[in-house]
Amino acid sequence: MSEEISEPPIEAVPQIRRPKYLNLFEIRLPLPGLLSILHRISGFALFLAIPGLLWLLQSSLASTDSFVRYREAIAHPLVKLMLIGLLWAFLHHLFAGLRFLLMDMHVGVQLEAARRNSAVVIVAAVVLTIIGGIWLW
Amino acid sequence: MVKQVIVGAHYGLRGWLTQRVTGLVMAIFTVAFIVVLIAAEPTSHFKWRELFSGHAMKLATFLFVVALLLHSWVGMRDILMDYARPMGVRLALEILVVVLLVAWGGWALLILWSVR
Repeated sequence: MSEEISEPPIEAVPQIRRPKYLNLFEIRLPLPGLLSILHRISGFALFLAIPGLLWLLQSSLASTDSFVRYREAIAHPLVKLMLIGLLWAFLHHLFAGLRFLLMDMHVGVQLEAARRNSAVVIVAAVVLTIIGGIWLW
Repeated sequence: MVKQVIVGAHYGLRGWLTQRVTGLVMAIFTVAFIVVLIAAEPTSHFKWRELFSGHAMKLATFLFVVALLLHSWVGMRDILMDYARPMGVRLALEILVVVLLVAWGGWALLILWSVR
């Protein structure tokens, strides 16, 4: 079956010497690339946060005693900071995910549009996190 | 052109589609939940419990949890396929992720259905 398929001769493919950066700090990501790696990092952070968030949900619902423990927990500055971090992770993951859905439908896939909507997603998540963070604090 | 005949179980396509459908389910739940929060204003423990006392809220939240577990599985599998190269390590971590997700799903069920 594979004999029927005509492949281009190897010589026809131009040999491009692409830079190979193995040092992460030498890689300069374009904006859509930054959005993409942040999408992965935020998703991983949200995965790790599931048990903590379940604990908060449980103690907020179980009883009046556990509700007091819940209030004490979220009043701690460190917990607040972590929750604000998770708020950013959630917002970035949500907006970047919706952007990927739009791109599946061929919306905003041109280079200029992709750069622009990447900036919109990154900035919107940060701005809403700051607003939400001030409101929650 | 290299023509590839794709045969087999289409795992990749299924994961791709699962990721998008579950993501959309969670996005819709998020918007609906914010609307409910604004409407109900659960400012006390009593009101917060009352919010989860009905079957509709329990089922909607359960749907969110199922979507979250499937979504997390596909995402974590993608991450492990990229970074956990030795097969044994990858398999062990995949099993760990599945066990954790199923346990967390059971926990979420217990939390939701213990609210009366």
